[in-house]
Amino acid sequence: MLRHIVRRLLLGIPTLLAVFTVIFILVRVAPGDPAVAALGDYASAEAVEARRQRLGLDQPLPVQYLTFLGDLARGDLGRSLISERPIGEQILFVLPYTLELTLAAILFGLVLGVPVGVVTAIRQNKPIDYMGRIFSLLGLSLPAFYLGILLIFFFAVQIDLFPSVGYAPFNEPARNLHYLVLPAVTLGLIETAYIARMTRSVMLTVLTDDYVRTARAKGLREWIVLLQHALRAALIPIISLVGIFAISLIGSSVLVEEVFARPGLGKLMIGATKQKDYTMLQSIMVIYALIIVIINIVVDIVYTAVDPRVRYS
Amino acid sequence: MARATVMAGGIRGEAGGRQLVSQRQRALRTFAKNRTAVVGLTLILLLLLIAVFAPWIAPYDPLAQDIPARLQPPSDAHWLGLDDRGRDILSRVIFGTRIALLVGFFSVLLGGVVGTAIGVIAGYFGGKVDAVLMRLTDVLLAFPELITGLLVLAVLGPGLEKMIIAIGLTIAPRFARIAYGPTLALKGKEFIEAARAIGTKDGQIVRSHILPNVAGDLLVFASLWTASAIRLEASLSFIGLGVPLPTPTWGQMIREGTVHLTVVPLYSLAPGLALLLAVLAFNLVGDGFRDALDPKSRA
Repeated sequence: MLRHIVRRLLLGIPTLLAVFTVIFILVRVAPGDPAVAALGDYASAEAVEARRQRLGLDQPLPVQYLTFLGDLARGDLGRSLISERPIGEQILFVLPYTLELTLAAILFGLVLGVPVGVVTAIRQNKPIDYMGRIFSLLGLSLPAFYLGILLIFFFAVQIDLFPSVGYAPFNEPARNLHYLVLPAVTLGLIETAYIARMTRSVMLTVLTDDYVRTARAKGLREWIVLLQHALRAALIPIISLVGIFAISLIGSSVLVEEVFARPGLGKLMIGATKQKDYTMLQSIMVIYALIIVIINIVVDIVYTAVDPRVRYS
Repeated sequence: MARATVMAGGIRGEAGGRQLVSQRQRALRTFAKNRTAVVGLTLILLLLLIAVFAPWIAPYDPLAQDIPARLQPPSDAHWLGLDDRGRDILSRVIFGTRIALLVGFFSVLLGGVVGTAIGVIAGYFGGKVDAVLMRLTDVLLAFPELITGLLVLAVLGPGLEKMIIAIGLTIAPRFARIAYGPTLALKGKEFIEAARAIGTKDGQIVRSHILPNVAGDLLVFASLWTASAIRLEASLSFIGLGVPLPTPTWGQMIREGTVHLTVVPLYSLAPGLALLLAVLAFNLVGDGFRDALDPKSRA
């Protein structure tokens, strides 16, 4: 098992390298001089040149590329093109908020989505199934930011139950969680829709399998058949899909952070995009790539643990 | 792949003239019987009509400002009220349909053509071309759509064409993946080998044997991705990176409205509802196509 994990981690390296290269190139093909973009069109030639030198933008591209990779290897994410503050510090500050939000949403989605999926599957084509499917379809079509605004409208404006926007730091846990509720529910409801829809279709397939019929035929109680036989088998595809959903969840978290004015990677990226802070953008993409590769590896490992058929040779 | 071969018989078979009709007719009939899909299609047609005839349908000029009357709640004259510059919200929602559908259709067209080309070329020719193209595709696929879209827009800057390019580029690798698998599988089939043996050119084989066989998957994919493209455009506009002002877009309106949620809730909620209906419509039609083309996938 340990060997498998190590191997999986090593396999992630070429992928990351490819991703870093693409990010590096993409950011470099942007039209215009980033130093000019940072200082404005009316900056003096000397100021622009000084900024270029400080940021290493005067070096030839291959040198910049190697410096970029070398800095990354040492955990140095460089400095912001605009504020010249170290990027690593800013990312370390916002990262816990994004992780808190996405983990809460995944938990919410699993706790609500799997039961909804199971119930709609065993009551196929009954009213509860139709309700579940309409709910899923709405969840798949509703943009995260609009759902967030709807929740703000009902739970913060109409009845003053939760704060509409903002955040509280982690050293005030109660307030922090109070601020987390609406954003996490926004993201969690969308996650629920995905998980419920997929659980339903996996369960429907599993329920027609022979061994489920056998289990029923030998007189096992229905809930044992459902939970111990059907759901257990259904869990395997669910786990790998939850990983895929977690990645799309990261995309939606950008919007949720924007709607609720929460600090986070997404909010940081939006700011960097608007300011054309290319060094910041590049570093944020690196962090996203790392998170995505880690999610994939975790899914892979959990998958191996749950499904004894998967050999990790 | 069973379906691919069946369709190959239906569309390209020598004695397939009658089969072709029946195959397509059966799919059409399944689609027509699917109530939710028909509702979706009707909604799309309605939205198209609204977009085309917006100047005649909209009660007011979407850009005409009436600053003193700003943030007026709904009234008989202005059904949805006035926005923060005293513009008629209903008229702006109606005109917003144009940008939504324009970006939705053209970005999927761009992404679909580029992506399918990449997938088919990589799958058909294999070797180094395959390795480079599909590795690049995988890198782009790793990121959520919104993040790729943001990055590309950051590089390109704002504008309608740039929005279409950004979303198109986000979609292209997804189409490449969809087109790649079947192409790879078809390449080894005997009828392709036979075509090559009688001296058919590669371009001809791709046009008349590969593309018709991946068309079904691509059609399903195109409608589902139009839904995503519309949602993506609204998301980017909501963030503030959309088509420049003053062109009305749903995402931009929703953003402006959030500040005035207590005064004129419909400022945000109405364009949001329009957006939801548009995305829902394309999702319903996409699901309908899938069920019609592949009865087995119906869950």
